[in-house]
Order: sequence, then structure tokens, then C-alpha cells
Amino acid sequence: MDRRTFLKTTAAAVGGAGLGLGPMRGALAQTGPIKIGLLAPLTGVIAAGGKEVVEGFQFYFEQNGLELAGRKIEVIVEDDASNPDTALQKARRLVEQSNVNFLVGNILANTGLAVANYVKGTGTPYFIPVIAADDLTQRARIPNVIRIAGYSASQNSRPFADWAYKQGYRKVATISQDYTFGHEQCGGFAQTFTELGGTIVQQFWHPLNTSDFSPYLGQLAGLGIDAVFAMETGADATRFAKQFASFGLKGKLPILAAQNMTDQSVIRTLGPEAEGLVSAAHFCEGAKEPATVKFVAEYEKKFGILPSIYGFSHYSGAMWLAEAIKKIGGKVEDKDALLKAVRELELSGSPLGKTVKLDAYGNPIYDIYIRKVEKRADGKLWNVPVETYPGVSQFWKYDPETYMKQPAYSRDFQGIKKA
Amino acid sequence: MNLFQLLNGLTFAALLFIVASGFTLIFGLLRIVNLAHGALYLLGGYIGYSVATWTGSFAMGIFGAMAGVAIFGLLLEGGLLRFVRGYELRQVLLTVGVAFVINDMALVVWGGDSFTVPTPDFLNGAVKIGPVFYPKYRMFVLGAGILVFILLWLLMNKTRLGVMIRAGVDDAEMVEASGINIRKIYLWTFLLGAALAGLGGVIGGAFLSLYPSADAEILVFSLAVVIIGGRGSLPGAAIGALLVGLLNSVGQVMFPELAYFVIFGPMAALLAFRPLGLFGKAA
Amino acid sequence: MSSVLSTASRTSSPRTTAIFFAGSVALLAILPAVLPTYHVSVATQILIFGLFAMSIDILAGYAGRTSLGHGAIFGTATYVVLYGVANAGLPLALAIPLAVVAATLLAAIFAALAIRTTGVYFLLLTLALGMIVWGICLRWSVVTGGENGIRGDIRPAFIGDARSFYYVTLGCSVVLTWAMWRFIRSPFGLTLSGIRDSESRMRSLGYNVSLHLFIGFVMSGVFAGLAGALYALFNNFVSPSTVALTQSVTGLLMAIVGGVGTLFGALIGSFVMIALENFVSFYTQRWLTVLGLVFIFTMIFAPAGVLGTIRVLRARRQG
Repeated sequence: MDRRTFLKTTAAAVGGAGLGLGPMRGALAQTGPIKIGLLAPLTGVIAAGGKEVVEGFQFYFEQNGLELAGRKIEVIVEDDASNPDTALQKARRLVEQSNVNFLVGNILANTGLAVANYVKGTGTPYFIPVIAADDLTQRARIPNVIRIAGYSASQNSRPFADWAYKQGYRKVATISQDYTFGHEQCGGFAQTFTELGGTIVQQFWHPLNTSDFSPYLGQLAGLGIDAVFAMETGADATRFAKQFASFGLKGKLPILAAQNMTDQSVIRTLGPEAEGLVSAAHFCEGAKEPATVKFVAEYEKKFGILPSIYGFSHYSGAMWLAEAIKKIGGKVEDKDALLKAVRELELSGSPLGKTVKLDAYGNPIYDIYIRKVEKRADGKLWNVPVETYPGVSQFWKYDPETYMKQPAYSRDFQGIKKA
Repeated sequence: MNLFQLLNGLTFAALLFIVASGFTLIFGLLRIVNLAHGALYLLGGYIGYSVATWTGSFAMGIFGAMAGVAIFGLLLEGGLLRFVRGYELRQVLLTVGVAFVINDMALVVWGGDSFTVPTPDFLNGAVKIGPVFYPKYRMFVLGAGILVFILLWLLMNKTRLGVMIRAGVDDAEMVEASGINIRKIYLWTFLLGAALAGLGGVIGGAFLSLYPSADAEILVFSLAVVIIGGRGSLPGAAIGALLVGLLNSVGQVMFPELAYFVIFGPMAALLAFRPLGLFGKAA
Repeated sequence: MSSVLSTASRTSSPRTTAIFFAGSVALLAILPAVLPTYHVSVATQILIFGLFAMSIDILAGYAGRTSLGHGAIFGTATYVVLYGVANAGLPLALAIPLAVVAATLLAAIFAALAIRTTGVYFLLLTLALGMIVWGICLRWSVVTGGENGIRGDIRPAFIGDARSFYYVTLGCSVVLTWAMWRFIRSPFGLTLSGIRDSESRMRSLGYNVSLHLFIGFVMSGVFAGLAGALYALFNNFVSPSTVALTQSVTGLLMAIVGGVGTLFGALIGSFVMIALENFVSFYTQRWLTVLGLVFIFTMIFAPAGVLGTIRVLRARRQG
């Protein structure tokens, strides 16, 4: 928010409160701008991703104009500082002071869960293009929290397990950051892989921000496995890839990487150690779909970098919201209508180049790419498609209600089928 | 513990020693607990990354980082800390503020991506040590740690500056009374300590990578090293670094849920019985 | 050493304090009538952190021991309330006392290890102890929920809205502030101040210095724990960042900005810091830089804090 908007809102708040005009502000807002609260970690450990969240989201409106159904769009950005306490405080401020019509954003699961817990009480619509915690669209659904343009953590791991099995891998170990996001991605892989007949030899869980992977690398090398499923994000992903290579394991032991590990946010600062890594994701910046090619080119021209999952998801998220708002004629004050429109939308213009819609639980269904990191002509690393699994939902081939009877994935429950 | 974990512990200890030796020198002589030391480490890493990428030379990266951070240390000591000289707590808290500013400015300048300082080719890959393959770079870190220890030992014991620093650690007033300009010694010590943080940043940044909040992690480890070893003591820092490095290596593998307890539990117990650390002397 | 920061030697008379106190309470009581909802929740936050900063000031200002581990004590209470209600299904009326007991026990452990040290060593030791608690909250995920923390609707419906919860917090703040004020003015509190000024003198007068410091630390922990329990109700959520070092640093900075050894100053410090953060973040994302500059500025120019500086100026005019 710039200084002027701040003065205006303050004046409105003070004036409204002082003259007892509080209730009227709601009525007046119908014709005012549509206010969007965008929460992004602009400082703290995931600040680089937060910057792309804002850029991606605003890029859509830059291209398409800051007006929808005759109403101006005002995007108010708040920094969640990669910290759930701050995220909660900023969400409160956006809803209660800036009077936003809905919230979008956040990257880290803990910030998203804190905000989700808050909007559960206020009923404010909250859209999460990156927060992947399975249960937000499964066992612990909140009606006003929808994962537009995002994915659920275990969703992409399942076709990946299928692909790995088809490559002839039978014995796999997993290594992952020890928190929910990791448990869920590994769980999706482990369950599907063992149900196909594969074996999970061992699972390693290491704390976030593990500076030193050597203890794990030493053990991995000695297991006699066909491949390792690695779930790493951020600096851990960088270090894991580097140290894996420097221990001489690269080329000897194939890595099946969770999608974050080969995301642009990681590989753009890496070199040869990242080349050839295979992963599974709904977005693939090197895909040949015309819509993808166009988006990637425009994004790169504008920001000088290839889009990461953060930039892509928030660009698509903005498009999703814009289409839904157009459908309801800009009447975002009617929360139920907005949520319904968002749920029912079939998005055809997204950079994926394919129509995307939500399942009945508020999570998108995607064509999932198996991707491989390659060097582009100009030397930049990017993911290119190897194979596609069409129409993958968060429930894979299971019946949703039956599936949700099994516990959520955790360290102790990985859905592993005993041979 | 197998050979592998032992090497891991030793190489991490070597990095910790490089960082913590600067910390303990400043703490020992100037009585300043420099909580911005971690931020100086990170700053050094970032400068080293930029210089090494730009020049294509790891050595230039090290040089640039040490020089850059030393200049920064000069500004910090001469420009801010001199206003609160003699007030221990005010100094400590001031450095907390400095750490906040450095970290935030580093985020502005370098963004929040994780960087790894590029290393020369001859340090990439692994060597075979006994039954295990071990990364060459980590062996280099071990060597660097030992080299820094030797150089610092020579500086402290064989040069006039070192003698004065050691005398100052024991009794700063005596040194001043004997007609030596202790201010100058303070400044040189601070510069040296800051440069060591910068060196640590480049060396650590090449295998632990650099990212926002890396400063706090290394700072906490350095604190543990200095608290265990005792203020101003080089052998103390070396033993503290070995202890923390090995405990960390063992703790990560054997008690992942209690990893912090494994490091800080013994430290707290030690401090409760020997408040000045293993080699600390009363002021 | 800590007395360098402290100005407690010259405090206002009980009567002025009582009038000041009553006036402030009356003012705070009418705030929700004139403030929009968000500002009411900011005011609630200011009160909670004010209590937290006061608990730190009891030690820093009146016992001469500057702690960087209080965030852990505060946050432990927050964790126990959330775990008790959201995960273990305990009634709130049981979870809150349990939380305060847990914080008190933790404070007792910290105290037993730390009271032998002074100055920067005390600071470092409490910092390290706080790190252990943080590490446990982060790693012991079966109980603490790890990185994601614990959440749930634990605040009862009748104080569900921002305004009624503000009044609950205000009520608690009044009682606890009064209790803390009585504590530092009690003979026990005065002995603590004596220890701060000269340990050796108090020892030679026959006081059990260690026991006094131990009890002082534990009492400070009780108040920090109560503040932490309120914070649990305020946020309905807890994660490792609540017990992190930043929490301890923030609390200490609030106490210092307000004026160490002035007790009520901590409330002013809490107001200044939280209001500043809210204000600054409208204009810039560089809050951390601003916070750092506040630290540097305070340490160089105003180590006595707001209330401390006022007192010094007033004393100068009178004397």
C-alpha cells in the first residue's frame, strides 16, 4: 500500500468511527474498488520466493489492466516475514483494517495454516496458490479456503511413483525434510510405489536447514538401492544437490526429486550438479505448449529470470480470481457467490495451456509432467517434459471418501503396503 | 562413531573454529559479545560469492570477503561501538541492532536465493580415505581450520601485537598504564575478528550455502564454542569447536529430535559449574 | 552492570503512581469504544507484550540480570495451553493453570543454572537455554507439531470477538501489573534491588543472595507464563517462532525502550514498538532495518528509555 492509500484508509477509519458511521462503510464499499490482500514472505528465510509471489500476481494485472467488471482492483501487499505470528497479524490487519474482500498468498505451510485458522472464524475467502498441506483440501477442509492454481503435497508424488516403477526401480529409499510437507510428499510416493509392488528400503528424515547431509549420504550409498526419492526445498535442496555430487554419488544413484527440488527457485543458482534431475510437477517451464512458451518468454523478458512455482502459481491464481470475479459481475462482497464462482470455474487460459478445474474438495486436477532438468541453449537450467500423466487429482486412483479414512501422512504413517 | 561421522565432525569443527576464533578474540580483549558476528559471517559469504563469481577466482573471493568485512568491522567499532565503550550490556544489545540492519540490507542487495560460493575444480569431487569416499572440499576446510589455528597461534605468541593482545585480555588497564595505545590494539583486534568472520563466510558458504537466517545458525554454534572454551582463549575455541562439531555430528544421527539439546545441554551444565568456560579467566 | 541501564534508584511516590495507574486504566477502558476492530486487537497485543516485557524488567531492572531466555518461558505457556485444549482436550480452566505451572518450572530450571552468573554471561546462558527450548519445540514434532505448530479454536465463544477479549486482557493486565508493582515494592523486591546495586554488601548483611535471585527469576517466570497463556488465547495458534530468540529480544527491547527498572515503562515500550511496526510497515518492507536502528539509537542515545529519561530530566530540574 502506498502512502496515499494509507492516509485515505486511516482517514476513513478515524472519520467513520468518530461519527458513528461504521456500518455505512460496508454499504459504500459495493461501488468502491475490489480490495485484494496479498500475503507474501518478503523478508525471512523464503524472501526470494515471496518476491516472486508478488511479481507473479501483479504481472497478471499489469497485462490485463487493474479493472474487473467495472470496478478498480487494489492489491494490498503485506509481508508475512516467513513467520506465522506475523502472518496472522498481517492477515488481521488486511481483513479488519484495510477491509480487503479476500486474502491470497503465503508460501510456508505454517504461515498458511495460521491464516487458515484465522479466516475459519471470520469467513473471509482465502486462496492459497502455494500452500500444499493435504488436509486443507481433505480431512480438515475449511469452506472458505480454496487452493486455486496450487497442488496438494502428495498429489504429484503418486504418478511419479508409477513412473519410477515403470523405469524398473524396485528398491527405493526416501530422504526428506522432517515436517508435514515432506511427510506428505514422501507418503504419496511410498504408498503408491509399494502398492505397485516396489519396496521402500529406508526413510531418512532430517531437520529443516540441515547444513550437512554427509551422514545421510554415507548411509544412502551403502543401501544397495535402485534410486532415492529426495524431498528438499530451498537451501536444503541446494546443499543436498551439491553435496550429493561432491560425494561422487551423482551418476551412480538416480535421484527422484520432489518438485520443489528442481524448481527454478533452486536450480537457477545451481550448476552441473542439478542437470539430469527428474521430478514430477503440474508446471514445467520448458514444456512446448504454446501458452507455456508465451508465458515463460514474457515473464523472462519482464523479470530476467525463468518463472518458479511461486511466480507461476500466483500469476495463474490472479487469472483464476479475475475470471471468477467477472462471472459474478464484480460483486465480491457476496462471499458465497465468490467462493462458488471460484469453485466452479474451468480455467482455460492459464500458462499450462490446458483447462484446469477443481475437484469437489477444492483442489485442482492436473496433467502431471515427469520432468528432467536440462541446460537450455543459453546455459540456463530448466525443466523439460519427459512424460505426461493426464487428469491427476489429489486422490490419484482412490475413492476420495475411502481414502480420507486413512490417517494423514506423518513420519509414522506413510501408507506403505507390506509385501 | 564411524570414520565418516568423525570426519564430518572434524570438518564442521574446523569451520566453527575459524568463525568462533574471531568472536572469542573480540570478546576476550574488548569485552564485547558481538552478536553481529553471524551477520558478518553471512555478509562475508555474500561478498565472497559475488567476488568469486565475478573474478572466477575462489582466492579472490576469500580476499574480497575478508577485506570487505574488515572494513565493515572498522566502521562498526570506530563508528558505533565507541559511543558505548565500557558498557557491556549496551554494547551487546547494540550489536543485535547492527545484526538486524546487516541482514536486512543483505536481503536488499543479494535477494533471498540460496547461493553457494563457487569452488575451484581441484577441490570438487571426492577422495578415498580408508574405506570411505570423502569430499575434497571438506578436507580443504579441515586444512584451512588448522592453518588458521597455527597462524593465530604464531600471531599471538610470536609477534608484538599478539603479546599486547594477550596482555590486554588479562588486564587491559595494565597495558594502557604501560604507555601502549590500547585503542589501536582494540581496533586491530576487531578488524582481525571481523576478517575471520568474513573468511568463515566464504569457506562455509561454499558447502553450507548462504541464505537469510544462516547467520543466526552459525552465531548460535559460535556462541556455544566460545562459552565452552572460555573468553579470549584460542585453545579454548579449538577445543570448544571440536566438542560442538563432534556433538553435532553424533547428535544429528543418533538423536535427531534432541539435536539442540545434545549441544546446548552439556554447555549449560558446564556453564553452571564453570561460569567462565574451560579456559576462561576472571576479568 | 545492569544498573547502567537502570534508573530505579529514584522512583515516583506511591500516590502519584496510583493516580497515574487509575488514569491509565480509565483511558484504556474506553479505547474499544473509539477504535476500529483491528486497532483493538493491536491494543490487546500491546497489553500482552507489555506484561511480557514487565516480567523481563523485574529481572533486568530490579535484580540486575538481563535475560535473553524469557521468550522460551513465555512461549512454553502458549504451547501448553494450545496442546492442552486443542490436542489433549482439556478444559481451558485447567490448561491455563497447567501452562503457568510449566512456565514456572522452566523458569526454575533456568534460574537454578543461571543465577550464579552475572552480566553478559547471564545473558549468554539464558540465550542458550532458550535455544534448547526452541530446538525442542521445533524437533519434537509428535507433541509440538514441529514447524507447523498447533492451532485450534481455543478461545471461548463469549470472549470470541476482539472487543470482549480486549477487556479480558485489560482486566488481567491491571491485576498482574498491580501484582508486579507490589512485588517489586515488597521487602523482598527491595532486597533484590539491593542485590542489583551491590551483591557483596547484601551478602555481608546476611541475605541469602542466591535464594533471592532464584525466587526473583521464578516470579518473573510466573508473570511471563501468564502473558504467554493470554497470547495463546489471542492467537489460537502457536509455532516455534513464539519461543524463538527473536521473541526474547523483542521483549527485552520493549523493556529497554520503555526504561529498564521502571516497570510501567515496559508497557510504554510495548506500545512504542508495536505501534511503530504497524506504522512503518505501511511505508516500507524494511521493518527489520528500522528495528535495528531503534536498537542502535536507543543504546547510544537513550539507554535509560522513555520513562527513565523523563525521570532523569525531572530529577535534574528538581535537584
